[in-house]
Amino acid sequence: MRLLTHNMLSSNIKGVEKGFPLRIEAEKVVEKPVEMNADFLRKMFEKVEWKAFVEASRSMGYAQLPEEVDSGMLESDEFLSRFHHALLELHLEEGALVCPETGRRFPVNKGIPNMLLHEDEV
Amino acid sequence: MWYLCVFYHRLLDYRKPEVESLAHLFGAFEDEQNGDVPSQLQWKLPIHHHPDSPFHFVNLPSEQVARSIANRSILVKGMYELWGEGGSYEELKDSVLSYPDERKLPYLEAGSTFKITVDSFGKVMSLNEQKELIQGLAYIPFKGQVKLKNPDHNFWLIEIDNYGRNNGLPPIVQRRIFFGREVGGADRKLIPTYQLKSRTYLGPTAMDAEMAFLMANQALATSGKLIYDPFVGTGSILVGAAHFGALTMGADIDIRVVRDGRGPNCNVWSNFEQYGLPMPVGLLRADNNRPPWRSGLKEIFDAIICDPPYGVRAGGRKSGGRKLLKGAVEPYVVPDDKRTDHIPSTAPYSLVECVHDLLDLAAKMLAMRGRLVFFYPVLRDDDCAETHFPEHPCFKLISSSEQILSSRYSRVLLTMVKVGAYTKEIAEAARLKHLEFRENHVKWLQDGNLHSAVFSPIDAQLPEAGDSKFIKDPKPKYRGNYYVGLGHSTVKIKVGIFGDSFFFLVGGLDNS
Repeated sequence: MRLLTHNMLSSNIKGVEKGFPLRIEAEKVVEKPVEMNADFLRKMFEKVEWKAFVEASRSMGYAQLPEEVDSGMLESDEFLSRFHHALLELHLEEGALVCPETGRRFPVNKGIPNMLLHEDEV
Repeated sequence: MWYLCVFYHRLLDYRKPEVESLAHLFGAFEDEQNGDVPSQLQWKLPIHHHPDSPFHFVNLPSEQVARSIANRSILVKGMYELWGEGGSYEELKDSVLSYPDERKLPYLEAGSTFKITVDSFGKVMSLNEQKELIQGLAYIPFKGQVKLKNPDHNFWLIEIDNYGRNNGLPPIVQRRIFFGREVGGADRKLIPTYQLKSRTYLGPTAMDAEMAFLMANQALATSGKLIYDPFVGTGSILVGAAHFGALTMGADIDIRVVRDGRGPNCNVWSNFEQYGLPMPVGLLRADNNRPPWRSGLKEIFDAIICDPPYGVRAGGRKSGGRKLLKGAVEPYVVPDDKRTDHIPSTAPYSLVECVHDLLDLAAKMLAMRGRLVFFYPVLRDDDCAETHFPEHPCFKLISSSEQILSSRYSRVLLTMVKVGAYTKEIAEAARLKHLEFRENHVKWLQDGNLHSAVFSPIDAQLPEAGDSKFIKDPKPKYRGNYYVGLGHSTVKIKVGIFGDSFFFLVGGLDNS
């Protein structure tokens, strides 16, 4: 699971008000290189919840992202490559995503998060 | 400028929508910004030709655009700049001679290489006949060298005639001959490379390669775009989109399909690896009925392409405990100690609710002008004159293309463009509809049941086996499966319904 995916997910258990962002319990993190596409990065930059992204990146072992950003930073190659690395090259292979409100764990196995809700959560 | 567009004679309903979508992708409509709906191309039919004919004239802004469209398409056999046409070879000669020299001479120069291909529709011409016809073109001042493999310029002499027999093509009234310079055509190696029979990881409803590419073209898949499939399965649809450069993401409610596959070298990832394509950006197990997206997320996907479960060969599932939703058991809580390995029970998901959820998801998550491309099953009922396709205030339907699956039902590929923003009112209406589905769970399962309509015993009206073996088919004979009676025997002409191996037959007919 990449951080791009993580940034889109929330715990939608019935009754939960604030299910985003999910806390990452990282058991196995892998780095896989991906070809960079600047257009794609610029588009995603508009959609990413930055604070949650930085925090998630830290829990995956990468702390090189700036705390605050503005769109001017997209001009910088340095920033783009760090953004690219955190967004697309870090993989959570094994671990869990934890609901911030209830503590319910959504397991991540073989890189695939299991976001299916139990019968009493819908 | 007008080009002669010759289509492969298959998937008739898909041909023009593909060209229209690709025209949009390659900027044919840049000048006229017609609000929400893409402008349409101008089409003309050759004289006497039926709309189902493989031959059409299309008006495109430049050769560059024509080439791009033809080369990326799946169904365009060739796109030609027409130098002449006629009902006889004499007429053709006059026509070619009167075509402006400034359009011809640059392609006839000394130092260039060329070849002339003779193509006849409806009959096979011997090599001698072809040679004679080529020699008959001596009035064109070819100065280049003949080169049969990869010449600079490829000229085509195309003859279509009424040969009397019903050969499966639309009726041709009179002979017509075309001569033109090829500008582009579909890559014939594409489908053999990606065909399902050599795919590492398959599932029962994997989309065949040809159709996956057609869907990707309808969705305008290209580099820099993010494309999502909420029913990803083995990833067959995303493979098509990834081939054209898009980044992909998929979800499925069945964790075994998406996470495990059939082993470490036989899963969704290995399908992408097989073709050297970039892996999906994300795969997850999620229920499209209860999506895991954060509430602020919207307009993130450039396209959504999918084949939702119709409930005929593969039923859809959604979360929520089958017995619970039916009211057969009281609401229960999963005990804490069992939670970690608990596999949630899922309930059947009717097509109606499934499509409602898909439209709601797309309305929220697609970027403006983004495309939703999906299959919708329809019953092939003689009585039912009009089919009603799903509608949504955020979307405009721009094309619908039917593919016949059996005598009972077809699937229609719908292409919708997002033209309206996802407002609070729309969100609220969707929420209420979602609750309504929940309340009436049992009712929707029965009413929306396509499975029984397709698999119920055959009508007594159908002719018995041993008769002429004709199927009562309201559509003209060359759509879908062709059954041509020649005296007492039947000749079955396959037009490739389901890629290269599938074929639905019902009733007292030949099974081969």
